[in-house]
Amino acid sequence: MTAPLVMRGVGKRYRRRWALRDCTLAIPERAIVGLAGANGAGKSTLLGLTVGLLAPTEGSLEVLGRDPRLEPEVLAGVGFVAREAPLYRSFTVGDTIRFARATNPGWDASVAGEFLTRLSAGDRVSALTAGERSRLALAVALGKRPRLVLLDEPFERLDPLAAREFLQLLMDGVSELEATVVIASHVIADIERVSDHIVLLGDGQVRLEGSAEELISTHRLLTGAARPLGRIAGVEEIVRKRSSGRQMTLLVRIDGRVVDPSWSVDEIGLEDLLLAYMAPERLPGPEAPEKGRLRWHG
Amino acid sequence: MIEFHLDPRSGVAPYLQIVQQVKEALRLGLLDVGDQLPTVREVVAELAINPNTVAKAYRELETGGLVEAQPGRGTFITGTLVAPSQKHHEALRRELERWLESAESAGLDEESIRAVISTTLREAFVRRVA
Repeated sequence: MTAPLVMRGVGKRYRRRWALRDCTLAIPERAIVGLAGANGAGKSTLLGLTVGLLAPTEGSLEVLGRDPRLEPEVLAGVGFVAREAPLYRSFTVGDTIRFARATNPGWDASVAGEFLTRLSAGDRVSALTAGERSRLALAVALGKRPRLVLLDEPFERLDPLAAREFLQLLMDGVSELEATVVIASHVIADIERVSDHIVLLGDGQVRLEGSAEELISTHRLLTGAARPLGRIAGVEEIVRKRSSGRQMTLLVRIDGRVVDPSWSVDEIGLEDLLLAYMAPERLPGPEAPEKGRLRWHG
Repeated sequence: MIEFHLDPRSGVAPYLQIVQQVKEALRLGLLDVGDQLPTVREVVAELAINPNTVAKAYRELETGGLVEAQPGRGTFITGTLVAPSQKHHEALRRELERWLESAESAGLDEESIRAVISTTLREAFVRRVA
């Protein structure tokens, strides 16, 4: 099986601003991808390109092995929950489901039904709570038995309880469908729980991509006395440096074991790791000037 | 049936947490040969986690010979981790209780007792390694 989503040098420009640039990635089958990044980092653009709503300015992409702009029929295999779960507000729950069934040849009423247990067919969409609306949107997206499911900020309007319930339903549906999932969110904690693959965008570029396990196993936190930095054996790159008084903490990418006894070496959690990569200031390299260059917000 | 829980702050990978919880239950005798583990879907729906995580944990347990997946039926415990030394635990615990009583009558509070035990343990292990 090929990767359900492949991008090669994809860029999207609006007038003079690039919303996405040089985007190259391959999402493995059945992965649950956390698409992370601050607001405006390019997440929605990436999803819009994937569902063929946007045309790339440069580069090429394959969704389930096809170009979604040239062969839009491939989108029958893609379920999309856009931001704020847009639905026809004047429709009832029943109308919405009937409409989805009529427009999707592969409609599976039993899959859709699992998300609708506490909704009644006569309820108007405009009267639903945010949690109910997102469940209905999920029913519409998963009822077509997609092989790729895309969700744009699905937790944004949900309180913590509704968000957890939504995630339970989503994971349950996904495990039945054996689908690949991409969840875009600017809240790292929301995607950390379920993601096994990470794509981190910043300023329209892919800052980090890989399996969560691999990212964690290739990064370490080093703590030790503040000192001028030279080469540290086992360290490939210093991602971030923080010093406070006489102590210094480095987030590093490693290519071996760090055995230097003057550093204490700790693993870093996924959330902290992504936040560090999202920070605006990154070290240009180990030779960076020492003073006054770096500030850490947060 | 065993119920899993996840501690996102523990720093331990979620699949390993599941593996450890099964092993722990096996060591304590809370799970035994023939017992069924919850299905992947049940765990996923309960904990709101990635199905691949649960599948990976179960695969790891299967590789370790502790469980067996029976297609269409579920995953069942096939191994045990109750140590052969388990039968001595009861007698050893009675001795330890007697020791605790004498420590208390000598005036040690809980904190001092813990300190004595942990330093003794540490020293004993260091001697053995050396």
